[in-house]
Amino acid sequence: MNLPDAERLCEQLVGELRPRIGPKSAMVGLYTGGAWLAERLHQMLGMKSPLGLMDIAFYRDDYAARGLKHDPKRTKIPFDVNGCELLLVDDVLYSGRTVRAAMNELFDYGRPASISLVVLADRGGRQLPICAQHVGARVEVPDGMRLTLKRGDNGRLALALESERAT
Amino acid sequence: MQRNPQLNEKGELQHLLSTEGLPRDILLQILDTAESFAGVTEREVKKVPLLRGKSVFNLFFEPSTRTRTTFEIAAKRLSADVINLNITVSSATKGESLLDTVANLSAMHADIFIVRHESSGAPFLIARHVKPHEHVINAGDGRHAHPTQGLLDLFTIRHYKKDFSRLTVAIVGDILHSRVARSLIHGLTTLGAPEVRVIGPQTLLPAGVEALGVRVFHDMREGLADCDVVVMLRLQNERMRGALLPSAQEYFKHYGLTADKLALAKRDAIVMHPGPMNRGVEIDSTVADGPHSVILPQVTFGIAVRMAVMSIVAGN
Amino acid sequence: MRLHIKNARVVDPASGRDGSGDVFAVDGKISPEGGKADRVIDAKGLVVAPGLIDLSARLREPGHEYKATLESEMDAAVAGGVTSLACPPDTDPPLDEPGLVDMLRRRAKALSRARVYPIGALTVKLAGESLTEMGQLSDAGCIAFSQANAPLADTQVLWRALQYAATFGYPVWLRAEDAGLAKGGVAHDGEIATRLGLPGIPPFAETIALATILELVRATRARVHICRLSTAGAVELMRRAKEERLPVTCDVAVHHAHLCELDLGYFDPHCRLEPPLRSQRDRDALARALADGVVDCLCSDHTPVDEDGKHLPFAQAEPGATGLELLLPLTLKWGRGQKLSLAATLARITSEPARVLGIASGRLAAGAPADLVIFDPDAPFTVAAAKLRSQGKNTPFLGYELAGRVRCTIVDGKVVYES
Repeated sequence: MNLPDAERLCEQLVGELRPRIGPKSAMVGLYTGGAWLAERLHQMLGMKSPLGLMDIAFYRDDYAARGLKHDPKRTKIPFDVNGCELLLVDDVLYSGRTVRAAMNELFDYGRPASISLVVLADRGGRQLPICAQHVGARVEVPDGMRLTLKRGDNGRLALALESERAT
Repeated sequence: MQRNPQLNEKGELQHLLSTEGLPRDILLQILDTAESFAGVTEREVKKVPLLRGKSVFNLFFEPSTRTRTTFEIAAKRLSADVINLNITVSSATKGESLLDTVANLSAMHADIFIVRHESSGAPFLIARHVKPHEHVINAGDGRHAHPTQGLLDLFTIRHYKKDFSRLTVAIVGDILHSRVARSLIHGLTTLGAPEVRVIGPQTLLPAGVEALGVRVFHDMREGLADCDVVVMLRLQNERMRGALLPSAQEYFKHYGLTADKLALAKRDAIVMHPGPMNRGVEIDSTVADGPHSVILPQVTFGIAVRMAVMSIVAGN
Repeated sequence: MRLHIKNARVVDPASGRDGSGDVFAVDGKISPEGGKADRVIDAKGLVVAPGLIDLSARLREPGHEYKATLESEMDAAVAGGVTSLACPPDTDPPLDEPGLVDMLRRRAKALSRARVYPIGALTVKLAGESLTEMGQLSDAGCIAFSQANAPLADTQVLWRALQYAATFGYPVWLRAEDAGLAKGGVAHDGEIATRLGLPGIPPFAETIALATILELVRATRARVHICRLSTAGAVELMRRAKEERLPVTCDVAVHHAHLCELDLGYFDPHCRLEPPLRSQRDRDALARALADGVVDCLCSDHTPVDEDGKHLPFAQAEPGATGLELLLPLTLKWGRGQKLSLAATLARITSEPARVLGIASGRLAAGAPADLVIFDPDAPFTVAAAKLRSQGKNTPFLGYELAGRVRCTIVDGKVVYES
């Protein structure tokens, strides 16, 4: 099936976000796809405050069932979260659990003035009352498939469909 | 009892009993996870909710404030509940057996037992008898193993030296009685350190120690030549009473780390010590407090490493 | 009572006989020919041999009845084909008083199972200080004197004890272990003990003590039996002692002919033994020395320990393994490994221990006591705690597949066990 062009969606999101960037704005991207997307958006928007990157491994709600997954990355928030207007960036919005975990983790760093969710693709299927303020595109994903963001060697971003079973 | 008792049937880490026999990929997983925990202490809320609602029982049959405290801090940073038991004063003196003590605590719904015991192998005995959802972490058993110390030493070395495959590491002192030395040696050989040296008098080196994969030196100057890492072990007073050494002064003369001996190692060599230090016995104050010493960072890394171990086992 | 065993493969290590035939017993003695028998046993496909003689089996009475009782252990003995056993003096109280020895012998006799030969304490309370009344203990039935596993650190006391025993011709049984060098040790001082962080007993703890004992034998001409050799070095000392024709004999516990320090695994308390399991080299030297006769006998060193005694960290666990019921299959396994004939294999647990004890059993000659074992040398079984009759289930061989099952045990011409 035809997936939208991730690069074009980036430009579209940048267009939407540029008017809202202010002195209190900051951005945090979620590993791994959200981090790539955030790096691109952060650079294209020319944001002054440094980019934060977050791994939600320690805040997931499925630890009891699945344990700690391998290779957690180190969360780095190189700015003061208190009073920020935070843009939380992820590649694909699905059940909403990742965003819930990310918000819990962010609040352990401080109290932001606001959090807005920016996603490249929304595939529906929410299990929690979470929604994104800025969405690149809505994408229908067939059963048993997973929507992911890939980054090529040249840095080019692309959406892809994979079988659920692939880890 | 043929399968490595630390791993479950899926090959995942169920207990941490020893660095010996710990598969390389699990060892690296622990170090990498510790890396990601290292930032937690720098935030406002120094906790993550991973072990919320879980109970960690500190079962210390041998007294220790430092190790127990770091485990307690690590557990609390994971939001676990911590209960401390100093068995030296309670049930053991009333004659309750080790396994009965554990069974009683198990009935109080423990999730993780952190065990320190004077008898080598005690955590293995406990691990054979706990319930499937319970996990045992060895905080030191006799002279056999102190795996979290070994892991934090490896973490420290990796932090400063990055690549194990080119390192010369020297461990100096009472290897015979040291669980710290054994755990570090196993970890270094698993991670491919090409040269691990042990330095000490014959009385303090165990039989067949070369079989662990180390080179033996009795002359400290020879042993320190071109080392990247120098690990000093603590010398306990009992050693003088057991006819193993004549005096602390004589020990310091031959095996104490002074600035001039350290100068024989590489210029960027790091100096480590598991603590607590006996200044003037195994290490000179100028070295302990000097630019090569990473003894204090070891302590900080110890918390992250213990957080990593607990979160990995508790999730399996 | 007349007993006739027919169709058997008759093996008599003392004479070297190994062939098909019959064995007759009349009034408790082996008889050259039969006549009408009260009981006929068809031993087709089975071996008939002298009943096993075990030089060391702890019956745990008096004093350790919570570990085992005379009844259970005597049941275990005959189930294992053992018709005579010597028990060490480390009971509680130790066998240093004639009254205790007398009581033990009576109790054993009343059970009508295996013959029990008590070994008396060499020193009072086994404390290594003053001599026991060896004369009185001998009258009460002690066939030798020993310190069991208790140390005798004062060489002067050892010398005097040997002189005294030699005066009256009493044999002295000793474990060769230097108390100072062995102090605190629980495993063989080598690579495994280093890995496991266990205090070690160096091999020269045995050779130094053995050299001392052999010097004292030269000086006193005491008859000494060295118990439970564990090192290759001790084997060489014994070889030279025998070439010199010193009045010495020795045994090895059957565990040490099979296991070594590697079997400790992850601190298996069933491998906590005295002496410790040593290196592969030592084990192989012991196995070979048994084959070429430098070591005279194998024994079980049967030591029942209750579960609580073993469910402890290795160094704190009680040493010892149960073994009366495994002596036969483990000896057969050793013999196969050394490519020995069945007669040569069985000699180590029949005619040779009989020679050390100085008793008439252990051979199938006319007039010898009718102590016999009928067994299937090839019948396989798996060692399981539930199947052991001994109260001690503590054996490092749990789960092992062995061959050799006792079908019938006869003591004094009477059947005392059959499966």
